[in-house]
Amino acid sequence: MSIYHTLTPEQFDAIGQELDAIRNREIADLGEKDEKYIRTLIKRQRQLEVAGRGLLMAGFLPPAWLAGVACLSASKILDNMEIGHNVMHGQYDWMGDKNINSRNFDWDNTCTNTAWKHTHNFEHHTFTNVLDKDHDIGYGILRMSDDQEWEPRFVLNPILAVILSTFFQHFVAVQSLKLEDYLIYKTKTKEELKAEFKPTWKKMRKQLFKDYLLFPALAGPFFPFVFAGNVTANLARNLWSSQVIFNGHFPEEVEQFPESVLEDESRGHWYVRQMLGSANFEGGRLMHIMSGNLSFQIEHHLFPDIPAHRYARISPEVKAICEKYGLPYNTGSFMKQSVSVWKRIFKMSLPGKGGGKGKGLMAKVIPLKAESGSASRQAA
Amino acid sequence: MNATTQTPRRFQQGLQRLLQSRVAGVLSYPHGVDRYLEVLNPLWSTTEVRARVEKIEHLTADSVTVTLQPNTNWQGFIPGQFVQLTVSIDGKRHTRCYSPANSLHRTDGRIELTAKAHANGFVSRYLREQLQEGEVVTLSPAGGEFALPEQRPERVLLISGGSGITPVMSMLRTLCDEGYDGEITFLHYANRAEDMIYADELADIATRHNNVTLLRAFGDGESGGELSGLFCSEHLCSSVPDFAQATTFLCGPPPMMAAVEKVWEEEGLSDRLHKEQFTLATPQLDTSDEAGGEVRFARSETLVANNGSNLLEQAEAAGLTPESGCRMGICYSCTCKKTAGKVRDLRTGEISSGDEEDIQLCVSVPVGTVALDI
Ligand SMILES: Cc1cc2nc3c(=O)[nH]c(=O)nc-3n(C[C@H](O)[C@H](O)[C@H](O)COP(=O)(O)OP(=O)(O)OC[C@H]3O[C@@H](n4cnc5c(N)ncnc54)[C@H](O)[C@@H]3O)c2cc1C
Ligand code: FES
Repeated sequence: MSIYHTLTPEQFDAIGQELDAIRNREIADLGEKDEKYIRTLIKRQRQLEVAGRGLLMAGFLPPAWLAGVACLSASKILDNMEIGHNVMHGQYDWMGDKNINSRNFDWDNTCTNTAWKHTHNFEHHTFTNVLDKDHDIGYGILRMSDDQEWEPRFVLNPILAVILSTFFQHFVAVQSLKLEDYLIYKTKTKEELKAEFKPTWKKMRKQLFKDYLLFPALAGPFFPFVFAGNVTANLARNLWSSQVIFNGHFPEEVEQFPESVLEDESRGHWYVRQMLGSANFEGGRLMHIMSGNLSFQIEHHLFPDIPAHRYARISPEVKAICEKYGLPYNTGSFMKQSVSVWKRIFKMSLPGKGGGKGKGLMAKVIPLKAESGSASRQAA
Repeated sequence: MNATTQTPRRFQQGLQRLLQSRVAGVLSYPHGVDRYLEVLNPLWSTTEVRARVEKIEHLTADSVTVTLQPNTNWQGFIPGQFVQLTVSIDGKRHTRCYSPANSLHRTDGRIELTAKAHANGFVSRYLREQLQEGEVVTLSPAGGEFALPEQRPERVLLISGGSGITPVMSMLRTLCDEGYDGEITFLHYANRAEDMIYADELADIATRHNNVTLLRAFGDGESGGELSGLFCSEHLCSSVPDFAQATTFLCGPPPMMAAVEKVWEEEGLSDRLHKEQFTLATPQLDTSDEAGGEVRFARSETLVANNGSNLLEQAEAAGLTPESGCRMGICYSCTCKKTAGKVRDLRTGEISSGDEEDIQLCVSVPVGTVALDI
């Protein structure tokens, strides 16, 4: 039985208070060092991008092409992960800089700011790992949990997962459209879909035009080199970011929840669900930065609007709280977590149960009522 | 772009056009050209006015005079107008208004701001104590109705108190620089002689220009002034008997301004009096019935009890971070949609309709329950 059912209401409250205390302390401490951090990172990203695009103009020389692709890939990864994802979480809104703000920031990615904030900040972070509510469970095309009804299309799970990763930015861009509702379940009309797709298409068009036409055209006769370089950089970003995100929620031991847990969920319950529904991976400083500190996915899910560079420092405290209450703190090497994710993807392609702990929880769910504390839900 | 003196103007304009072109926009999408330029030089921008702090001086114990070199986006100002200065203090941006005190005809293109450090003033104390030469700050374009008319008036009376000296100092310096030959009276109120900003320069101007009369009024018991005590109509009658013929520009603390305005009103001269206020004279809060109800921040799913202060403060106290700048109804950065409920405008005291409409958070106090789209 999941620990989620053995904790007492008092323990949930105590966990809530301990984590709130960490949160309040960090918020009170925001200041110049956070500003320096994000500004320096943005500066590095812009430098890498200019260098990458510049080098690709000389892409007919193999070393320049390789260096260009490396710089541009790194730029896109930084832009999307440690900068874009975190800025759009509102981690730096307190600075009052309109250019580093969740309202205005836009990233080098086909997904619009508005769509991202809805599917990711709101749906995924509020309803983390709750089936039918958190669309990140399989993105509407994969089967990632035993309790998702098996359908014949899921035989293709592993292949679909590869396709999802390859075109990750586009899948994320159209995620808010819930394409499966139109294609498979027929609950959405073509007209509805068209209207919803309009703003996304506007952004996609600009991104595609820039990367696949304008920059290559600037290189004149060397068009193909720049084109190929941009394709590769986008692919590298897609594969990397999708793996980082999968590792955060789909290693085998990570739990999934039925919708009923949301009823009257207290702050403490919400925190515990975030911890049970997320997994970290280990690495050096560079690994953390390149993964947007989603290597600290647990800390990120507890405190989505605290600047991510602080997670490393908070993590021993979170770990200690987990130990104190007997909660798992799921972590491992990047390799171990990735293997675990892919195991799940393969297992889920077959009918029947076969997944991780999620099964036990889903089978024995009892609606939980908070004894005390508010039913506040954080839409961070 | 930065004004590098050697760069020919034509080249710079061409570059500016190129950087603002659509192609540049698409290439730098979605961040925009400015986000790349500022990596090279924090002063560079295609749209924003940014300025480097060139010099910091202290003319009096509690003031700071900052000389700024703006980039070429600076379009100049009219003497009397103000700019919004944005500085970053411990990672957070703060914006306040300051009136340039320099002459319009200053040849090096620099802007001079003088701020009085208030004991609990957050930004003014930062400017006084921490701002460093070489730092880059952000400015708004100049604005404001308080401005020296293009057609210079025949007779000018400048009345100021405390730090309110800055806009009228700019007027005086400008008029002197352009050889204006009408009569100018400069009437200034300060607590003590040593607190008077620009005291030496004013004395110098008065001796060099026959048409300039300097009248200094220091607090009771203080020596060194032509007048003493607070503003009163006797000061006018005795020292500026022809004040009714003058176009008058007034800037100072609210009580002093009220006293001056009263005289002009009584004389039926209100249309000859131009005035600038540095602080939002907050009307009395009627907290009895208005402070009831609650404030609903719909998008952030937050609800607080209305405590009667302005909505910007209430939102911040609730842990939200709406955009803001001047915090006194000037910059419109805090504008947001009110979806239901009534608010009172702190400047006019007027109560809005209950309809959906855009309001400025910093000058709006909820009257009962209000719902906002933030
Ligand atoms: C159009 C315009 C032009 C201005 N030009 C100048 C200028 O040239 N030079 C200058 O020094 N200031 C000028 N000001 C005032 C300036 O914008 C700030 O309000 C002032 O510097 C105080 O800011 P602060 O952050 O230090 O104080 P805050 O932290 O905002 O306020 C702290 C405390 O000081 C009080 N306070 C704030 N401002 C004043 C004030 N002006 N007088 C008395 N008490 C105050 C507040 O009520 C509060 O209790 C101008 C204001 C306006 C609207
Ligand atoms: S903050 Fe400037 S108008 Fe409200």
